[in-house]
Amino acid sequence: MNIAVVQLRAELRRVAGNGEQLLLTLGIPVLLLVFFSLVDVLPTDTPEPIDFLAPGILALATMSTAMVSLGIGTGFERSYHVLKRLGTTPLGRPRLVAAKIGSVIAVEIVQFAVLIPVAFALGWDPNEPSWLLAVAGVIVGTMAFAGIGLTMAGRLPGEVNLAAQNGLYVVLLLLGGMVIPFAKLPGAIRAVAHVLPSGALADVLRDSLGSAATQPTRSWIVLCVWAVVTPLLASRLFRWD
Amino acid sequence: MTAVEVERLTIRHGDFVAVDGISFSAEAGQVTTVLGPNGAGKTSTIEVCEGYHRPTTGTVRVLGFDPATQQRQLSKRMGVMLQEGGVYPSSAVLETVRHYAGLYRNGADPAALVDAVGLTSRSKATWRRLSGGERQRLLLALALAARPEVAFLDEPTSGVDINGRDAIRSIIRDLASNGCAVVLATHELDEAERLADRLVIIDHGTLVADGTLAELRKGHDEIRFRSDPGLDLRALAAATGIVASEVGIDEYVIDAPPQPRLMAQLGDWLAEAGHPLHDLRAGGQRLEDVFRRLIGGDQS
Repeated sequence: MNIAVVQLRAELRRVAGNGEQLLLTLGIPVLLLVFFSLVDVLPTDTPEPIDFLAPGILALATMSTAMVSLGIGTGFERSYHVLKRLGTTPLGRPRLVAAKIGSVIAVEIVQFAVLIPVAFALGWDPNEPSWLLAVAGVIVGTMAFAGIGLTMAGRLPGEVNLAAQNGLYVVLLLLGGMVIPFAKLPGAIRAVAHVLPSGALADVLRDSLGSAATQPTRSWIVLCVWAVVTPLLASRLFRWD
Repeated sequence: MTAVEVERLTIRHGDFVAVDGISFSAEAGQVTTVLGPNGAGKTSTIEVCEGYHRPTTGTVRVLGFDPATQQRQLSKRMGVMLQEGGVYPSSAVLETVRHYAGLYRNGADPAALVDAVGLTSRSKATWRRLSGGERQRLLLALALAARPEVAFLDEPTSGVDINGRDAIRSIIRDLASNGCAVVLATHELDEAERLADRLVIIDHGTLVADGTLAELRKGHDEIRFRSDPGLDLRALAAATGIVASEVGIDEYVIDAPPQPRLMAQLGDWLAEAGHPLHDLRAGGQRLEDVFRRLIGGDQS
């Protein structure tokens, strides 16, 4: 069997066997989607909250997997010397990275396969959606979030990385226009929120999936900048041991 | 066949010189033990051979490859046992071995490997549930997953009980018997004495000695015995010409070849003076004494 496939299987087994990561990547997005769709407490300013929430939750799911799940898993692998051990095998960095990307994509496919039908069941009615553009947004967003996650995983000790990733997750969730519209944020915070990758991805997905986006062109530019800068940062700062 | 060649290797970490110009080689089919106190530079040396770090100066060749630039080619034929960890806590024994064996084109049979290190009954146990000895055995299995031609084992019996040590030593011996060049880093003298075909002794980053145990013992025969504390060694010298020194509370050493006449004289003198004779041992120095002699008793 191909070495990269062997490693991909090991990565997927680890993700599937980690209950906390499954809760983070699947449980929380589904819970938020269902709860805030049925309980109209968010200031979404839309007749159907689900139309605002669904693209935001897809962005949240992307962030959960590509940044937090990948970052925490990789951080602990570094702490446990797993990466150092793998470094002595014929696997090599390119195939290790390919396996990790494959694992993230596989989890995202599962997430979307669950979240999108749930959203439709809750009444989501996207207006002339461009699914292709949405997929492109998710890919660029995945690169941006993976870069952030791996930068932190490559520098911080395992437990500190765990806390930092979860902390950043909450900050980006609240400030990122995923569940709370940009317009409802205070002025200074709103300005910051617009240049965060979470806000940019949520905006890009709303635009491509037929909801009201704020500034899709700017959001695409912001997201692309994050997608270029953070992987470069990760490759420069990442320590394998 | 020479599998590992290290020439004038120097490793610096900033201003700190971890390894200072050492040279040695390791042959296929032999266990070469890199021995030294903690912090001597053993792990730094081994990790350069494995390709983790580049040497500051000097050259290293493993199976003809430069580990720093040809690590990928080398990794297909090399087994590595890290000093610490390397396994995810939630990974089970057989699952971990299967994963690593799958990373090699001709990897070992996972179940057979688990059996060889005596972990078949623990094949479903996760890393976090393994004892120290079981963990070391699993790490050794991972090093063997490649069916290696050269194996670097860093402190393989650290924290392992006596039965576990015997099992690990037996596996290492078999590995060398099958033609693998085993390079073993340890600070445990007993380990080195039992396993080493060749000893490379490092202290403070410099090479102190390199050779077989017989070569390192050569010219340093001794007679060692125990008796009452505080023997009158001047009286012994006056009566027999034997010059002994007290090296412990009741332990004495005579730096001399083990001649029967000399030993008989010693026995007679002790008997006449009414002292007992215990633990009489004659011949080459123990590795511990060789080691103390070479590094000046500074074993931390």
